[in-house]
Amino acid sequence: MSTWDVSSLDEWKSDRFPLGAVIPESGNSRDYVTGGWRSERPVRDDVTCTQCLICWIMCPDSAINAEDEKVTTFNLAHCKGCGVCANECPADAITMVPEGCDLPEVK
Amino acid sequence: MPTQKTVAATGNTVVAEAMRQCAPDVVAAYPITPQTTIVEEFAAFVAKGRVHTEYVTVESEHSAMSACVGASAAGARVMTATSSQGLALMWEELHIAAGMRLPIVMANANRALSAPINIHCDHSDIMGARDTGWVMLFAETAQEAYDNTIMAVRVAENDDVLLPVMSTLDGFITTHSIDRVELMDDESVSAFVGEYVPKYPLLDLENPVTHGSFAGLDGPFFEFKKAQREAIERSRKVINDVGAEFSKLSGRPFGMIETWGMEDAEVAIIVLGSTAGNVRHVARGLRDAGMKAGVVKVRCFRPFPFAEIAEALLGVKAVAVMDRAESFGAEGGPLFLEVRSALYDSSERMPVIDYIYGLGGSDVKLELIESVYKDLTDIASGVEAPAGLVYLGTR
Amino acid sequence: MANLKELTHREDRLEGGHRLCAGCGASIAVRQVLLGAGLEPVVVGCATGCLEVSTTIYPYSAWKTPFIHNAFENAAATVSGVEAAFKGLKAAGKIPADKRVKFVAFGGDGGTYDIGLQSLSGAMERGHDMVYVCYDNGAYMNTGIQRSSATPKGAWATTAQVGAAQQGKQQRRKDLTAIMAAHNIPYVAQASISHWKDLTNKAEKAFAVQGPAFINVFAPCPRGWRIPYNKTVEIAKSAVQTGFWPLFEVEDGVWRQTVRVVNRKPIEEFLKPQGRFKHLFAPGNEALLAEMQSDVDHQWDALQSRFNCS
Ligand code: SF4
Ligand code: SF4
Repeated sequence: MSTWDVSSLDEWKSDRFPLGAVIPESGNSRDYVTGGWRSERPVRDDVTCTQCLICWIMCPDSAINAEDEKVTTFNLAHCKGCGVCANECPADAITMVPEGCDLPEVK
Repeated sequence: MPTQKTVAATGNTVVAEAMRQCAPDVVAAYPITPQTTIVEEFAAFVAKGRVHTEYVTVESEHSAMSACVGASAAGARVMTATSSQGLALMWEELHIAAGMRLPIVMANANRALSAPINIHCDHSDIMGARDTGWVMLFAETAQEAYDNTIMAVRVAENDDVLLPVMSTLDGFITTHSIDRVELMDDESVSAFVGEYVPKYPLLDLENPVTHGSFAGLDGPFFEFKKAQREAIERSRKVINDVGAEFSKLSGRPFGMIETWGMEDAEVAIIVLGSTAGNVRHVARGLRDAGMKAGVVKVRCFRPFPFAEIAEALLGVKAVAVMDRAESFGAEGGPLFLEVRSALYDSSERMPVIDYIYGLGGSDVKLELIESVYKDLTDIASGVEAPAGLVYLGTR
Repeated sequence: MANLKELTHREDRLEGGHRLCAGCGASIAVRQVLLGAGLEPVVVGCATGCLEVSTTIYPYSAWKTPFIHNAFENAAATVSGVEAAFKGLKAAGKIPADKRVKFVAFGGDGGTYDIGLQSLSGAMERGHDMVYVCYDNGAYMNTGIQRSSATPKGAWATTAQVGAAQQGKQQRRKDLTAIMAAHNIPYVAQASISHWKDLTNKAEKAFAVQGPAFINVFAPCPRGWRIPYNKTVEIAKSAVQTGFWPLFEVEDGVWRQTVRVVNRKPIEEFLKPQGRFKHLFAPGNEALLAEMQSDVDHQWDALQSRFNCS
């Protein structure tokens, strides 16, 4: 979560807003959920995956997590289900599966 | 008290001098008549190492103001100068500079707008910028241009304001005529303007911020505009306070309006910029001949000093507004519209006649001004006022 | 030059949660450029367009680095102002003299080839220490797929429609990369999101340069090109393989091919999957298709001779 609390923004008066429409915090779109756009979700097979990291570099939504030089999970709060990762995976290790009902809460 | 040195110099020279003394971190420069000598003289300061300023020789006025926006958002003190078509080309950026709340200071050499092309003085350019959200100061003389430029920095950067300020002077008449000017010493100016401490500098790498966000759809765009209105309203007090402080320091008067002979005036002319001197000269002569003539010079056009004007006009029987710009299709020129509106809530409403004069630098002869006072005297004594505005001195 | 493993250690300066379309090429371009930029702090400027709008919808910013948007045609002028402020504040003693910061401006093809060309040209000529990155998706996508001077000849666009009297855009595209090379700046490159290594290397070089650098990045738009969302990278690769988008760099005036294309594929392979070129495959348009191939061949040969000369 970000430190700049915008939860009550709809009630803010003109003098409450940071000057000149500045967004005083960086990268707070992390709090905005675009996962609800998805109709299909990527599923990676850890066995077939060669850890080439191509999916990681090609994801338009910075939604593939990497740790210790390896892809780990998909950030489903942000993944829009575009399928670029699955399409580019040289090992065919990612499958796009229809999205179920367990969607993250959509703002 | 500052040491002051008296020089004979043009308006542009002393504006460049004021800019140097305010020590901007960035100046964007692009030539346009009759502003050019400001940025030329500033270039000489850069070449001689007399300023630390990063001098950006942009490829257009649009880029001049764009670079100013970038530099100001970055956290720098930023200045530039322009005129006429250049100001018009900046139009988009003027709104953005104000909307982003960037305290940029810009000199404008007031000049006609094309077509036909004309390089001489009128206020068409500057009046085209009157709704862009900038504070707008007008100079009658080179001295005022110098003083306004220094005060502009303090007003713009004031925490209660944080808006861009235009310091305007009349093209050729003020920009290029040599006048007697008192210049303050560098230390006094530097101490007066102080240091700029930006609120959200882009160059604060530890606290990265986003400037120029998108506030559409259900975003708070409306609230941001309201905040802008609140800031320019607050600027009234700041302008008066800064002006009073500067007056004390310089010994020269400052007011959002400056009046002459208004204590008992029966007829009055309201005017902006260099013509005020001529009007005062004529009024003085007419007073000697027994006419109760007064002058209201508007030194700050945005925010508009409507209460001050309404008060100054109490007791006046007929008023002329001299507009050096058109607002085609409106009831009168821009100054007239403001003045009439200022009188709406006044306890006294007198006839107000709009005189459009001096477009494209056409001569403002003293006889013409005298004829305006004569008209006013007739109207004050019951002669019917002209219907609609009057073009003063056209064929 | 970093490999992917090394790149994963760098900070992704673009956060998710932005509102670009699924499969957008622009954000892929941004991520690769900024990952390649290295570890020094980067200040980003952006022209009005999809990228800017979608990443800064108030109160959310996807930028994890200082960011400024001003208007459409002036990203280069704006960033040149930021860079000038950096120098001016150093001269004023307010920023330590040894502090290093890199400045980058992003603009789409509309904001770069067209309305922003003057501002870009001016900034490059003045020699600001900045990188300008054009993410070229070949049309005004933010306003709804209007033709730009980057739109390929023959492409459908909402202002270059297809009908009995006209088959999409009538004019050839502008060669902006060559125009930028003609500015004699230290570094100019043409890259594609499909070739991440080439692109991140070029970004690294561009950011390392003292002075201005320009990179033209091929960044497909699924919506505007009428391709499925998952094909963004694949179609970009095809543009490279058919010679439509050659990958090269111009370093201090020396032109160098950075990715060799051994068996250049026919242009159809790039055109066919895209709905915006569908009409070219209708009977009667064979000549148009042939002309597109010959244009690519011509451009390819001209470029090869530039490589050979230098
Ligand atoms: S489906 Fe698209 S958004 Fe989701 S992880 Fe794959 S590339 Fe990223
Ligand atoms: S592209 Fe495929 S093989 Fe490579 S890391 Fe991603 S899932 Fe694994």
